[in-house]
Amino acid sequence: MKRALLLAAIDPTIGGVLIFGDRGTGKSTAVRALAALLPPMRAVVGDPYNGAPQAGARGQKTHLVPVPVVDLPLGATEDRVVGALDLEKALASGEKAFQPGLLARAHRGFLYIDEANLLEDHLVDVLLDVAASGENVVEREGLSIRHPARFVLVGSGNPEEGELRPQLLDRFGLSVEVATPADLPTRIAVVKRRDAYDRDPRGFCAQWQAADQAIGRRLIAGRKRLAQIETSDAALTRVAELCLHLGTDGLRGELTLMRAARALAALEGAQEILDSHIRTVAPMALRHRLRRNPLDEAGSTVRVERALAEVFGP
Amino acid sequence: MTAPGASATEVPALTPWRIADIAAALLALDGASIGGVSLRAPAGPAREAWLAHLSALRGGAPCLRMPAGIGDARLLGGLDLTATLAMGRPVAERGLLAEADGGVLIVAMAERAGAATAAKLCSVLDAGAVTVERDGIALTIPSRFAIVALDEGIAADERPAAALTDRLALRLDLTALSHREIEPPVFDAESLAAARARVAATIDDETIACLCTAALALGIGSTRTALQAVKVARLVAALAGREAVAPEDAALAAALVLAPRATQLPAPSEEAEAQEPGPEPDSQPQSPPSESDEQAAAPPRDLDEMVLDAAKAAIPAGLLAQLLAAGGRTRARAAGRAGQLQKAARRGRVVGSKAGDLRGGARLDVVETLRSAAPWQRLRRSEAAMAGRNGLIVRREDFRIARYKQRSETATLFVVDASGSSALQRLAEAKGAVRLLLAECYVRRDEVALIAFRKAQAEIVLSPTRSLVAAERALAGLPGGGATPLATAIEAACALADAVRRKGRTPALVFMTDGRANIDRAGRQGRAQAQTDALAAARGLRGEGFNAILIDTSPQPQPQAADIAAAMGGLYLPLPQADAAGVGRAVGLALAAGR
Repeated sequence: MKRALLLAAIDPTIGGVLIFGDRGTGKSTAVRALAALLPPMRAVVGDPYNGAPQAGARGQKTHLVPVPVVDLPLGATEDRVVGALDLEKALASGEKAFQPGLLARAHRGFLYIDEANLLEDHLVDVLLDVAASGENVVEREGLSIRHPARFVLVGSGNPEEGELRPQLLDRFGLSVEVATPADLPTRIAVVKRRDAYDRDPRGFCAQWQAADQAIGRRLIAGRKRLAQIETSDAALTRVAELCLHLGTDGLRGELTLMRAARALAALEGAQEILDSHIRTVAPMALRHRLRRNPLDEAGSTVRVERALAEVFGP
Repeated sequence: MTAPGASATEVPALTPWRIADIAAALLALDGASIGGVSLRAPAGPAREAWLAHLSALRGGAPCLRMPAGIGDARLLGGLDLTATLAMGRPVAERGLLAEADGGVLIVAMAERAGAATAAKLCSVLDAGAVTVERDGIALTIPSRFAIVALDEGIAADERPAAALTDRLALRLDLTALSHREIEPPVFDAESLAAARARVAATIDDETIACLCTAALALGIGSTRTALQAVKVARLVAALAGREAVAPEDAALAAALVLAPRATQLPAPSEEAEAQEPGPEPDSQPQSPPSESDEQAAAPPRDLDEMVLDAAKAAIPAGLLAQLLAAGGRTRARAAGRAGQLQKAARRGRVVGSKAGDLRGGARLDVVETLRSAAPWQRLRRSEAAMAGRNGLIVRREDFRIARYKQRSETATLFVVDASGSSALQRLAEAKGAVRLLLAECYVRRDEVALIAFRKAQAEIVLSPTRSLVAAERALAGLPGGGATPLATAIEAACALADAVRRKGRTPALVFMTDGRANIDRAGRQGRAQAQTDALAAARGLRGEGFNAILIDTSPQPQPQAADIAAAMGGLYLPLPQADAAGVGRAVGLALAAGR
């Protein structure tokens, strides 16, 4: 889970992360913690959409702002998600102004949907549309506005509460399953740490600050290195072989797998994509793209691993 | 159950009311830190007495009540319409969840609350704040409270959403408690005031490890539960007047938090000892378990056993009997229920709004109406000023009505012959068909349920669900073989279909059988009577007007099967060369035709 989030932070074009798993495994906690790890980004002062400074444009004032990690809470109404006529201004002064919504706020950052499988259908439609186009088009109440909305979609949920719509599932670049740790020492460590945090959040954060910063630095270094990672034809062949073997639909699987492997190489400080990188990220990049075979009892993760063993050898 | 001399300290025998009394005290002490309590009991004197006791412990501070069918606007907050109209500018209204800050929220009929409502409660419990993104209002309001989830469910699978109960540390069951068993309370507001000064009781690592071990031994999956036990142990210590958590506090916490969630009996201690040091510590530098286990071999073992014994002693007898009988199936059922509840809360979805008037019971989309009226206010006010009016001016042409898309959702109930006469292979096909339909059920908005019948009875293997995970679990261990109680199966299917219909969904029944009944309604052997009963049951089903399909699974089409299909007014499909995909296709087509 942590690795998937880091990879998506290194290369946002991977296309988001879906985290499915048991209750009480720290899914939300991990996503919310991401905000603190990300280095601040440069944005134009006064731009409601956190616009990136344009190259060559003069006289633009910029400042450093934290990368947004925006929560899409359950029960959010569509007007707050896409933006709508600003009621305040309209009522007070009769002015027709646009009030940006959560999609605008998440631009260049992360949009987090907890319990993604409980999200209202019409909101899912909006998200799919915007995530695909990178642009939010608002046509309501006589407003006609479009603004960029590129964000990394992070969803979490519990599969016992219902299936995720296939279109939305496919839109996530990576998907990870988290299970409750089964071994006692890990469980004890989890409980102890959480208890320590609840008793003294500030002290706890101070204690882990150094470790957090180290991850943050790795992330920055990884981002810088990303462009220099070589994507050899050999690696691409491996990726294609694997996808062919698994019969994934479309080319999104290949692209995601390649990008994720490259991001992992960057994170680990390698020069090029190695087989080990592909092997590590293949399950999370491909497992949600397999055709459901209802008679195959094995989970998709197992099927990916089987294919890995056949393509790469044991 | 307690081995002689195993526990050095006596754990006092706990009557249900004593447990309830302690739970109330813990809630009043610092309920927000432990989430709250799930209280299973019918409305009655015992429940009222407990709620009154809780209120008295909190110094009479009122508890807010959340009604079952609460809407998002009232729950989360949003636009305060009256104030907005009066002031001429948007005014935010606090929802119930924000108002509950610092108090107790009583969730009435929690077993009826949908998964979506439960998820909203959970997010506030987790974040300690209500995040509102509604009707043009964006707010985050800190709110910490304890939840008392009133669970009036009767059937075993009528329970509040698991996501919610997972976050409530305590569970009480006062179902069997009569008002005569109510004892005078031990705690009062004053003793709590003293305890409140000590809520920061310390707990050592040994005890934490011990509670985690006990949770694992009792088969409790969620790590959240172990954490809750730790927190409850702290509060218990504070209540007992201690600065640090003593063994008996940990034991009581185990009895309160762990016991009601147990899914298995702990293995005998020799075995537990042999298993425990299993995972090597080198992967976990933070906690060297085996080392500390050996170092302090004697004391923690006692503590371990004491905690476990306390939990074991507090496991209700009925729970264990259920566990042993169900062999782990209870979990899958509960999961299926969650998927079902989620949809029960849905009443068509809002797909936007349109200009229109309010005749014919249309629902006004208030916010959109205001939005359409807003830009004209300055103009209208200047007109109205002449007529001597002020305030917000909304005209008829501003009215926007909400458009709902209501679509009756289908629940497909598979009724599968698992008897010896129907080959086992058929069962596999039925399972495959269920999975197939589930895999595409999001698109079709279907739920799927499975009833299997064999020997003398029909069993609901899978309650109506949309969750593939729940289905996989339920289907995995379905046995086959035995006689064919067709009449009983049809009646069970009829009852389930009726329950589905009462939830506002359209049931569709798919029978997979060769139609050769040999057990009658009363459970006796005999072909003739069994067939007569089956036909009678089938006619009863027709009387209810359910949509039914009968798939004949025998190698050659059977007249009996066709008769039963005719009696239930259903479609007869001889499908000798069936496979899962074939069944799925046939059902899909038949259902589409029936719509």
